[in-house]
Amino acid sequence: MGCFPHKHLIDLGEYSADDIMTVLATAQKFKQVNERRIKKVPTLKGFTVVNMFNEPSTRTRSSFEIAEKRLSADALNFGGSSTSTVKGESLADTVRTLCAYKIDLIVVRDAHAGVPYKVAEASGVPVIDAGDGKHQHPTQALLDLYTIWQHKVLAEGVPFEKLHVGIVGDIGHSRVCGSLIPGLKTMGCEVTVVGPPTLMPARPDVLGADHVAYDLDSVLPQLDVVYMLRIQRERLEGAPFPSLREYSLLYGLTRERDALMKPDALVCHPGPINRGVELDSFMADHPARSVVLDQVYAGVLVRMAALYLLLGGQDGFDA
Amino acid sequence: MPGKEQPSDQTPPSRADVKTVMDGSEIDRSLTRIAHQILEANKGADSIALVGIVTRGDLLARALAERISAIEGEEVPLGKLDISLYRDDFMTHISPEVHSTDIPFDIDGRTIVLVDDVLYTGRTIRAALDALMDIGRPSAVQLAVLIDRGHRELPIRADYVGKNVPSSAQENVRLFLEEIDGTSAVEILRMEPGDRPSAAPTPAAHSSEGGDA
Repeated sequence: MGCFPHKHLIDLGEYSADDIMTVLATAQKFKQVNERRIKKVPTLKGFTVVNMFNEPSTRTRSSFEIAEKRLSADALNFGGSSTSTVKGESLADTVRTLCAYKIDLIVVRDAHAGVPYKVAEASGVPVIDAGDGKHQHPTQALLDLYTIWQHKVLAEGVPFEKLHVGIVGDIGHSRVCGSLIPGLKTMGCEVTVVGPPTLMPARPDVLGADHVAYDLDSVLPQLDVVYMLRIQRERLEGAPFPSLREYSLLYGLTRERDALMKPDALVCHPGPINRGVELDSFMADHPARSVVLDQVYAGVLVRMAALYLLLGGQDGFDA
Repeated sequence: MPGKEQPSDQTPPSRADVKTVMDGSEIDRSLTRIAHQILEANKGADSIALVGIVTRGDLLARALAERISAIEGEEVPLGKLDISLYRDDFMTHISPEVHSTDIPFDIDGRTIVLVDDVLYTGRTIRAALDALMDIGRPSAVQLAVLIDRGHRELPIRADYVGKNVPSSAQENVRLFLEEIDGTSAVEILRMEPGDRPSAAPTPAAHSSEGGDA
């Protein structure tokens, strides 16, 4: 294996199956670091990573911060309500200011799609997209792929090519879909998106999924992985949305639907869960099916892997 | 680039550039002697554990553990240590591959015998000591190497040495092992300018890990 062939992690569609497997295999190696008494290695000592979160996020930022700290990188949290944009500074000027601090990598979260590209262009350093608008959220997709790899491919011996993954819920507003669908397709999975027509994008075919369905109960028996999206009330923007109760009845994964599922089907959710809306407590806490907390742990592992690969590949990048 | 000096493990560079300094039976005899020396210095195998540095030291550690248990009639704890996260040349070392560390026993209070193939600058051992201390607190750490080729850059020495092989900095000293290479030997070969000294390539991954042993 030569050096890692990417400088940024913005569009997961640019990553080949080999690249994704490199990230997953590297992530697995970091388990050992996270499960011993001293949960820290000196690998990124002296590197400064900026977590530029222009949109509130607690979980993703915490996960990145833990990954940075366990690799001994220095983390600077930048953003929130104190951002310079409030004072009228342009994004490019903000990024150039950050770069004048001599930083080595920027993790960026923004409410607007495409901002990570701008940040990459203005900064010249590696950029990791931590979620931009409705566009992409590549580390989320990688942690989902890691979880599926661990539970299905490694534990049960089912290859990615034989897995049918259903993504259920608010497909239209989801940036998780923007990275997860291309990632699953690159790995060879069959992908079905399921949701109410009002929460589907106008052209669901551009998502890249194999099938688009509107009736959860008819799809459920075929799925090896049921990926429940969060109903993002803050992002609905007045979409014609039924009541939460009606949504839960039609598209919630509930105890009653357990019998429709394959006996070994997994339940994933990117968190935070609206209990009683997309998942009921029976499913959210299901000891055999729910891998929600495994996903959280996988988040730390794949973010460590991404930081390691993007910063470590630097010198050999042009070679 | 590591691995460049050897395009494929099947076709080594022209034989004129390669000098064999140890053959399979010499390696065997050296390992047997080191096993006895470890037991003599530690008055038996009770408090010791062997930890090999991947990707060749772990195989040597296993070979030593087998000899020790044949002599003493008891199993010695055996582990392997990957130092890629502790290297001091992360910025310039382009291979991003991380191997796995697997130490399935508590190292606290034990005497750890670190095992590596070639002792050169000492930087790998420096990294291995840091990695070991992050896992626990051994009561003592000893070092066993098959080859000591000189050129130390740090105050590090081996407690057990298979063979001292004087070499120049323009040469690469590599260990091939029966388990992965089909035949066991220690070879010296000249490096092209700009090449890094590196371990023999592992056929499976074609990667070079742990250059400056």
